[in-house]
Amino acid sequence: MRGITKRFPGVVANDDVSFEAASGEVHALLGENGAGKTTLSNILTGLYRQDEGEIELHGRPVRFTSPRDALDAGVGMVHQHFRLVAPFTVAENVVLGDHRHGHRGFVLRGRAIERRVAELGEKYGLGVDPRSRIWQLSVGEQQRVEILKALYRDATILILDEPTAVLAPQEAVALFGTLRAMAGEGKTVIFISHKLKEVLAVADRVTVLRAGRTIDTVAASTATARSLASLMVGREIDEARPLEQSRPLPDVLSLEVEELTVAGDRGGAAVRGATFSIREGEIVGVAGVAGNGQRELAEALTGLRRADRGTVRVCGKVLRSGDPRAAISAGIAHVPEDRLGTGLAPSLSVTSNAVIKRYRRGLSRGPFLALGRMRETALAIIRRYDVKTPEPSTPARNLSGGNLQKLVLGREFEGEPRVLVVAQPTRGLDVGAIETVHAYLREASSRGVAILLVSEDLDELRALSDRIVVLYEGEIAGEFEAGEATIEEIGLLMAGGRGS
Amino acid sequence: MIRLERRTSQPRWLSVAVPVGSLIVAFAIMAVVLLASGHDPWSTYRKLVEAGFTGNGALSATLISATPILFTGLAAAVAFRMELFNIGAEGQLYLGAVGGAWIALQLGDRDAGSTAVYVVAMCVAAAVTGALWALIPGVLRAFANTNEIITSLMLNYVAGYLLTYLIFSSSSYWRDTSTLQARAFPQGKPMPPAAEWPTFGSSVVLPLGFVVGLGVAVVLWVLYARTRFGFEVSVIADSPRAARYAGMRTRRKILAVMALSGAVAGLGGASQIGDFTHTLDGSPQGLQAAAFGYTGIVVAALARYNPFAVCLVAVLLGGLLNAGFTLQGVDFPSGLVGVMQGIILFCALGGELLIRYRIRFPRRTRVTTDGEATPEAV
Repeated sequence: MRGITKRFPGVVANDDVSFEAASGEVHALLGENGAGKTTLSNILTGLYRQDEGEIELHGRPVRFTSPRDALDAGVGMVHQHFRLVAPFTVAENVVLGDHRHGHRGFVLRGRAIERRVAELGEKYGLGVDPRSRIWQLSVGEQQRVEILKALYRDATILILDEPTAVLAPQEAVALFGTLRAMAGEGKTVIFISHKLKEVLAVADRVTVLRAGRTIDTVAASTATARSLASLMVGREIDEARPLEQSRPLPDVLSLEVEELTVAGDRGGAAVRGATFSIREGEIVGVAGVAGNGQRELAEALTGLRRADRGTVRVCGKVLRSGDPRAAISAGIAHVPEDRLGTGLAPSLSVTSNAVIKRYRRGLSRGPFLALGRMRETALAIIRRYDVKTPEPSTPARNLSGGNLQKLVLGREFEGEPRVLVVAQPTRGLDVGAIETVHAYLREASSRGVAILLVSEDLDELRALSDRIVVLYEGEIAGEFEAGEATIEEIGLLMAGGRGS
Repeated sequence: MIRLERRTSQPRWLSVAVPVGSLIVAFAIMAVVLLASGHDPWSTYRKLVEAGFTGNGALSATLISATPILFTGLAAAVAFRMELFNIGAEGQLYLGAVGGAWIALQLGDRDAGSTAVYVVAMCVAAAVTGALWALIPGVLRAFANTNEIITSLMLNYVAGYLLTYLIFSSSSYWRDTSTLQARAFPQGKPMPPAAEWPTFGSSVVLPLGFVVGLGVAVVLWVLYARTRFGFEVSVIADSPRAARYAGMRTRRKILAVMALSGAVAGLGGASQIGDFTHTLDGSPQGLQAAAFGYTGIVVAALARYNPFAVCLVAVLLGGLLNAGFTLQGVDFPSGLVGVMQGIILFCALGGELLIRYRIRFPRRTRVTTDGEATPEAV
């Protein structure tokens, strides 16, 4: 791929990206979230079309207009979220959409397909019964089906997007074996990841992407976790710039979390025995690669998710688990990751959304709503937090991302919280809005609000936090006081590189 | 290729223009059908309006048709407002009739009370039985997360068979066994005369049930537009996650809304026996064939779940149903009446789509492929 550029409204996802992968090679694309890895692979598989640049396959220029073009040219992809039909069998899923062989006219040649799927499975160590149905399979087995799908179509290039995110460590090791075997057959494997250890374990060469650009391509044999981390995280790393200096804080604990264990959506613990506390007015940042338990932690603290074990205390009092209303009355405010949909009801007015938590107290007379006072409250928030809306009656969904966030923040601050749980507060916002949001958070902390700041943006964490804890696979992998740690060390812990 | 795109805003004039336009389209299509079957469209339309609204006694007959679908329309609207699809107004109405008939017969056995006592008692009993019936799918939805569309729909059949059983297949309390004729041809016990609901007006007869329905509409509007309950319902309807995040008790709200919806449908059952039949009608060709519950869904959809609009639509649709009865005759088959009603409903509901979506005709982009020859993707 040469000089690939892809623009989306407002962002350049890929800016002049180039890399090449040889036959028989496992080539890793390494980068943080939002570095442009997924966009690049979507271009290579025909889902998106590049604005500039060209793709060559086996020395011939190609131009894909649909995923089917790419499939026909031998490019197979295993997406992060599987594209399988749950009630169908493995064999049926494998031939789904394949228009070349396996069937004549309308008739599926079931036996032949099953035999071929079984053969392929054996050859590459992808053992899975062709006749079992997808819903009966574990996540790891489903992934094997996705790989089989590509192999069945004679893919010569296989792209895997974050394939280990859903796997247990042993399964990941088995997957690496399969990938090596495929490379040994002369196929090209493109392995997308942000986990350093994995990349070093499986890849021959590594191309590092950052902010939509190719930074470098290095041989895995000469790279170390540390060198890759610094390529991945970027410029300041060489200076090893410390966190901002810590400031004096009162010795009053607002939030105490003890041995908190929370189940994830897929079952299994997403947060494992987390223990930490936040003092009055302190900002504690939670660093981690997406999917390492940050969301579940925030949801457990705010009552949206029930904790399996452990206790949460707010100003000394134990919080009832799994009850958002209890969390609200205990003084926990929440700025959720998903602003529109969780934090706000999209079709309801700005006014309604401004009072969505407060209508119970003070804004009603008996069972009736005090519409006048609701409006006043909303107008106060709109004015104080500079929410730009045509009318207070405008549906929330018509507001821009920055104004939505200001509305959520304003509403949460007006509730005079003791603890504020903020997740990805500036994701998708422009520079001006980011600064405003940061200013609001600092102001809240100066008023004594204890803040848990979950963010994937290390610069943001560094700019705001008094302390940073790093979550890796649901455990607190490390904790740094302001001024104590370097970005590099944090980045290493985030990628699970504790030992290296 | 035609594509539907969701409108980001819905201009106010559309909500008037689209229904009027749909009606014009419907009448145009109907004209073709009528001409093809050898009828004069113009005179048919005149007869339709006359039989439904302007003729002598037409409005009174229309109000009789409108009363039950006013209740079931409100019942559907109440639940649909929270995205809770209670399709069971049909069965809840039967159960309301059963409960209302029971209390009326009980009071009759005791020779008790004036008509006012009967009306209040029948309304309360019918609302309670309707609500309890609706709570079956409600509880299942709230605690087991079953699909309320399926469960409430299926319970309609159960309620229908129950109704038939009470009158035809058992010697239940509701069945008239006093005379030999009644034992040979099963029918419900007649209500005491005091249980007949009064009517108002002389030139246009207004049944009490319709007035009660209007009252319910006002109460529902206040409930949904002016109370905490209504606020919570609107948040849950728009985003259940946001509701949970804001600390709302969504499970309780599901139960409350289902019960409310069932109670309103049940009131329709009480009105049916109090206003019109004065006995529990168990025949599969009677109350059950009228399909008031299903018509109510159409009423609610056309009214876009607004209680006041439900009142209006119920009267219009009642007129259409009533005119249908008048129109059909030797030279005008009932099937043709059904076709006309179907076309009007089809166009009206189809027009709804245009309020929420716009239709676009995107130009086909030429797809170029160089490099390897690839088969045309269809």
